[in-house]
Formats: sequence, C-alpha cells, structure tokens
Amino acid sequence: MRDAFPRAATAIVSTATHGIGEAPGQTSMELAVRASLLALGRVGLKPADVDGLFVCLPTDFFSGLGLAEYLGIHPRLTNNNRVGGSSFQTYVLWAALALAAGQCDVALIAYGSNQRTASGKLVRSLLPSPYEAPYQALVPASAYALAASRHMHEFGTTRAQLAQVAVAARQWAQRNPEAFAREPLSVEQCLAARMLSTPLSVRDSCLVTDGAAALVMTRGDRARELCLRPVYVLGAAEATHHRMISAAPDLTVTAAVESGARAYAQAGIHARDVDVVQLYDAFTINTILFLEDLGFCPKGEGGRFVEGGRMAPGGALPVNTNGGGLSCVHPGMYGLFALVEAARQLAGEAGERQITGAEVALAHGNGGELSSQATVILGTGATV
Amino acid sequence: MTTDVSVPAGLLPERSWLAALEQGQFLLQRCISSGQFIFPPRIAEPRSGATDLEWVPACGEGVVYAVTVISPRPPAAPYTVALIDLVEGPRVMGRVEGLAPDQVAIGLAVTAQVGHIDGVPALIFYPREHAHA
Repeated sequence: MRDAFPRAATAIVSTATHGIGEAPGQTSMELAVRASLLALGRVGLKPADVDGLFVCLPTDFFSGLGLAEYLGIHPRLTNNNRVGGSSFQTYVLWAALALAAGQCDVALIAYGSNQRTASGKLVRSLLPSPYEAPYQALVPASAYALAASRHMHEFGTTRAQLAQVAVAARQWAQRNPEAFAREPLSVEQCLAARMLSTPLSVRDSCLVTDGAAALVMTRGDRARELCLRPVYVLGAAEATHHRMISAAPDLTVTAAVESGARAYAQAGIHARDVDVVQLYDAFTINTILFLEDLGFCPKGEGGRFVEGGRMAPGGALPVNTNGGGLSCVHPGMYGLFALVEAARQLAGEAGERQITGAEVALAHGNGGELSSQATVILGTGATV
Repeated sequence: MTTDVSVPAGLLPERSWLAALEQGQFLLQRCISSGQFIFPPRIAEPRSGATDLEWVPACGEGVVYAVTVISPRPPAAPYTVALIDLVEGPRVMGRVEGLAPDQVAIGLAVTAQVGHIDGVPALIFYPREHAHA
C-alpha cells in the first residue's frame, strides 16, 4: 500500500502551554484561546492569519466552530476530529497534508480543559456501551488494568516495573517548572499506593489537571522566515483497532504497531534514530506497550526495558521529558502536550531537561481505551 | 446486480440482545454464510457486511482472558471485571463470581449464567469444574 506523506514539507514554528495544573475560573475555551494567542504571538502572527483550525475541547462537540467564532476567523479548513487523546497527532497529519496541498497556509492546533478546577475529575462525554456498562468497570482505568493483567500474564511484567515508569516520569517532572506533580516519588511508594483497578494503583494513573496547549504549523519556506529553528514534520500516521476494550483483538499489542511503522517509513528512519520520545502515558502500562509497539524494544520486553532508569534523566532513552501525563499535565486529553514537548526539545527550548543534540523526536498519541493510536515524527533542520 | 440487504434475524440487534438477557438467555449472533459468531450484536457481519445473521444460544463456556479487581468503598465488596474468550470465538466482558476476586486468574475455565448487577441483567461467569483450561 502506498503511504505517501510530504516529508519535511511542513514544520511546527511555535508552541505554547498555558494554565497547566490549576487554572481556576477559566473556561476550557478561554484556556485554549490563551494558549493559541501565546503560540501565534511568539512568531508575530495574529488570529486573522490562521486559515486552518484544528481543535477539540473535552465536552464541546462544536468546539471547532466555537474557536473560529471566538478568534473571529473564517478558516478554510476546520477540523474537529475526535479520536480521544490522539486527536492532536491526527491534526498534525491532516495539517501537514492540507498545508502541503495548499488547502491552508497557517494551521493552528489547540486544546484546553478546566476539568480539575471545574469538576475535579476526568470530564467525559461518551456513550456507555450496553455490553460493558453493566459490569461497572472504572472507565477508563479498568481497560488499561485489563491490558496490564494480560501483559503480566504473558510476559512476566511486574508492578515494580510499572512503578519504574511512574518514577521516571516524576524525575523528569522535577526538571520541569511547569509540571504539576514534582514531589519525590519512589518505587516503594508506588507499590504501597491505593489500588485503583488491579494491577494498577493511583500512582499508575495519570493526573487530573487543567491545562491548555497550542502549536502553529506552516510550510517549510514560511517556517524559515518565521522562526530560527523550525521543527519539521517527517512522518505522521494513525491506526485504530477497536473502540471498547472488550473488542481489542489483543490486549498486549496496540495499533501503534501500524501507526509507528508507517510514520517511520515516511520519515525514512528507525526507532534507533529517535533521540527523544514522548508517549501518551495515561497509565504506566501505556509507556511499556508503546515502547514495544514503536520498536524501542521487542514485544514483551517493555517491563525489563524500563528498569534501571533507562528512560529517566541520565538514561539511555529519554522518554516523556516533561513528566508526561503521569506527573506533568493531564487535562482529559494529553496528545497535544506530547507534541509540544517533542517540539520544544528539538527547538532547544526545554531548559533543565533539554536533551543535548536532539535531532529526531517521536510524539505518540493514544485515544479511547488503547483504541486509537497516532504517531508523529519530528526533526530539526539537520534531518530535512 | 444488487445485494439483498434485508436483515430478517437481527433487525434490532441491541434491543434483541437486551430482551433475551432480560429473559435469562445468553444469545450470540452467527453468520449463516460464513459460520462466524459475532459479538457485540450487529446488523451485519464485520468486514464482509453479510446480513444473513441468526441468533443462537451461547453454550456459555469460556476462559478468562484478562481480569481486574475493583475495590469500592466499604461496605461494598470488591468485584472482578473480566474479559472472557467464549468457545464460540467472541470475547465478552463479564463478572466472575463463585470464588474470591483475587483468586480469579487468567486461564480459568468458566461457565456463564445470566444474572443481575444492581438490577441490570448481565453475564456472570462461575468457575467450571476441573478448573483451569
């Protein structure tokens, strides 16, 4: 199957985050707009310059229309695709295609959520399944717990290995002044934490925070005029296997196998070429599954791979350098924050957590219950 | 040539499933032309789109594929949520009862009964004799 992609034809020229942690009093739309204005302003653009708009807010099905109205723009493209937290990786895919085709010239990708201060819990607007709802699983934690149970059964993965994922995320968060959870965290604390849905405890689970992010994309020629260090989109692909966890073909293999392989092929690279990795870590098992499915280690080896601080600061493979959804920010959908952190690393804007010499970054999004998977590969000018 | 898309057996798949469950029956759909069992109920077989579907009683036997235990605030008791691979092929979500929740292991052979959870009809699986498959 031909899988053409306009490699390095488009670039992220600016990113911004806003209101990470708690942003009392702000609506989700206001948060998204502030992040959008910050991102546009950094490269001297105004809302009126945006002609491709890519957004979804947690509870507003018309948020694409709402953000256009709020910004006072009449976009040539408005994309409100909803595949959960991976929506934003798909926006990069569609924005790259649209920019390269000339369907738009300035693409804005935005998200904002006030779920922590407005409701204190994950905000959802999902149709319950008559085939799952009667069993009173915790949604979505139990879906990931079922996957973890299967991974442990098949590969001998341990709770201590899951805890290594949480501890590494926390150690990165301690290097990120924006991260919400920065107090020290040990494997022992993770193992002693309250169980949510076995084998996952509250320390295996992402945060519930407020937060907003935005990024701006243009074609490459414009990017070099707008900023010093454009972050080029080398590949982007999405895949989906199911909606309900009970319909997943295999709980230990996600559709990231497909999205990753296609994104790597588009970019012309392999997993070993990736300098910094951002994975949607809604739960600790996600990181292990995606490290395997994206080719950083063989299937089943993820638990052993993360031992010894391999993905923590100073380790061989930096993963989730902002602290991830586990320790930095998780306002309902996290995918855009993974993209922003990947772009910041390649633009040299990551401060104390900067990976020296990073040229290639991967930002992977997950949506639903390991349902939708989308992979974006980014590179500096040296990779073009 | 056009394809006949009438759906005699499963015209209202979700309603039919729920109605059977209300009457204590665990039914599965089967595609007559392919012989494949289908779950959740649909108006057409996945991928082929074939609509020659019939309802047949599930034999009820299966094996635990994955399991999690949820412990609500006391006095509510801990409970399992499991995925069960049915011998007919499909995988379903269900509860496993009849032994302590933390004793429900992947690979356990189970048999389904239609019961209720907080008044809602549901599939409850019990350990089969000569236990592990």
